[in-house]
Amino acid sequence: MAKITYIDHTGTERTLEAKNGESVMEVAIKNSVPGIDADCGGACACATCHVYVDEAYLGKLSPPEAMETSMLDFAENVRDNSRLSCQISVSDELDGMKVTTPESQH
Amino acid sequence: MSRENLNCILVIGGGQAGAQALISLRQNGYEGALHLIAEEPFLPYQRPPLSKAYLKGEMAKERLAFKPQDWYESHNITLHLGVRADKIDRENHILHLQDGTELTYDALIIATGARPRPLKLEGADLKGVQDLRGLDDIDQLRPALKRGTRLVIIGAGYIGLEAAAAARSLGAEVTVLEMAERVLARVTSPVISTFFTQLHERQGVSIRTKVRTDCLMGKAGHVSGVKLSTGEELPADIVLVGIGVLPNQELAEAAGILCETGICVDEAGRTSDPDIFAAGDCTSRPLIHYDRRGRLESVHNAIEQGKCVAAALMEKPGPKLDVPWFWSDQYHIKLQIAGLSQGYENFIVRGDPTSERFAVFYFKAGKLLGVDAINAPPEFLVTKKLIISGSALAPEELQDTSLSMKEIAAKYAA
Ligand SMILES: Cc1cc2nc3c(=O)[nH]c(=O)nc-3n(C[C@H](O)[C@H](O)[C@H](O)COP(=O)(O)OP(=O)(O)OC[C@H]3O[C@@H](n4cnc5c(N)ncnc54)[C@H](O)[C@@H]3O)c2cc1C
Ligand code: FES
Repeated sequence: MAKITYIDHTGTERTLEAKNGESVMEVAIKNSVPGIDADCGGACACATCHVYVDEAYLGKLSPPEAMETSMLDFAENVRDNSRLSCQISVSDELDGMKVTTPESQH
Repeated sequence: MSRENLNCILVIGGGQAGAQALISLRQNGYEGALHLIAEEPFLPYQRPPLSKAYLKGEMAKERLAFKPQDWYESHNITLHLGVRADKIDRENHILHLQDGTELTYDALIIATGARPRPLKLEGADLKGVQDLRGLDDIDQLRPALKRGTRLVIIGAGYIGLEAAAAARSLGAEVTVLEMAERVLARVTSPVISTFFTQLHERQGVSIRTKVRTDCLMGKAGHVSGVKLSTGEELPADIVLVGIGVLPNQELAEAAGILCETGICVDEAGRTSDPDIFAAGDCTSRPLIHYDRRGRLESVHNAIEQGKCVAAALMEKPGPKLDVPWFWSDQYHIKLQIAGLSQGYENFIVRGDPTSERFAVFYFKAGKLLGVDAINAPPEFLVTKKLIISGSALAPEELQDTSLSMKEIAAKYAA
């Protein structure tokens, strides 16, 4: 279990309980967090689940696989802390993590 | 009908398109009554994992649902699960449900999807002969798929091949039967067909093309084998049928709504009746990047049309229409398709298929129609942009891997 805080582009924060093994994208979608589309449902095929991860937690995430890096490379407004949220699996270690969602995924 | 008179919307079908319509209607500020009538007895769920992670047993059932039960409650959506919509009375604006319920509507959204094309052969009704469409199908199939189970798949389309890959990972012995001379013959080029044939063969799948199935054989009511037109008999514990789908348009057709192969809709998803909309696999829609109409079977299409319909009803601008796209996961391979390659005149290959990272671009009259990208997201993503920009580019440039896709995008899709 972990508490994850989603900050949308207006600065509104939502702190949600996430179960281990769920993805950061799934928790957002099930709780209607704005700014994440996740069209492919987590298949790493659409790049519409782009988020910015709190720097302090970046090192705790398993590094992106080649597909994710390659998809992100073409997303809008990518930064060093960009990740595809469907590829981040929740674990106890992520408790307290903050992620910021962009205004739009397109 | 104007927004002020819009107090009750009914959505028929709880698939990707129906779910999206519900989500987008509430997001766009619709506050009136909203009902979902869904034949399957489940909360709306995603299908793509059914032939992938879910079939392999790597994904829990709860994770398939788009939204949890409490979302429907908090968004004031009335669910009629496990109930078919039987008849649309357009004159009186009433929808008749199979359980006798009559619901009045101001607007109706038909999102009835598609159903598997039935196998019209002797023995097709034996136990152990399965479709690949719904959660029920997979829940019946999976317990039977074990190490050594003899599985025969009739039809080598994407979903059949995905099931073959998943079944191999569970240790089943898999044979794929295809009538055409190559796998995926209807949807892609020989290069991609060969690539997937070799991939599956390396994984131990037996691929048999140019074969006709004569009948299915059974023992005590359960399938025991497949008989080919040559007389050859293949033993089988399970037979999966994946020979395409048919749009569920009968409900609309019976009500006199204009249909071709699919319910005819305009860009906003409106049918020939201004109070009735349709979205997803059941529609025939304008394909704006191709100056023609057609029926799509994809998540992208279902989401896009779900959003279009909701926007039109709320008199808001619809989403920017994307180039059609699709993906397929088999073993360690991700195929991403952008555009529609049907009717291509020539194609070029970028990269080396043996490296398992390459792309095939399709052209007609010098125009880029689409791409099949194997483990190659840049080719997939840039092709969408190239098709939207419509700029003429020389096939040779795409073939030249010393030019990155970023450079190509900068030159032609800026
Ligand atoms: C196994 C599988 C794997 C797939 N993989 C991919 C993939 O990787 N990528 C991709 O882009 N696409 C994939 N697809 C295609 C994609 O899932 C479909 O295009 C999408 O589900 C279409 O959504 P829909 O809502 O139009 O139709 P459906 O999902 O078919 O939903 C329609 C629903 O309406 C219900 N219904 C029908 N008639 C009635 C009635 N009269 N009353 C009430 N309810 C009714 C049906 O029972 C069904 O639940 C896959 C499909 C399958 C089956
Ligand atoms: S949901 Fe599609 S890439 Fe993450």
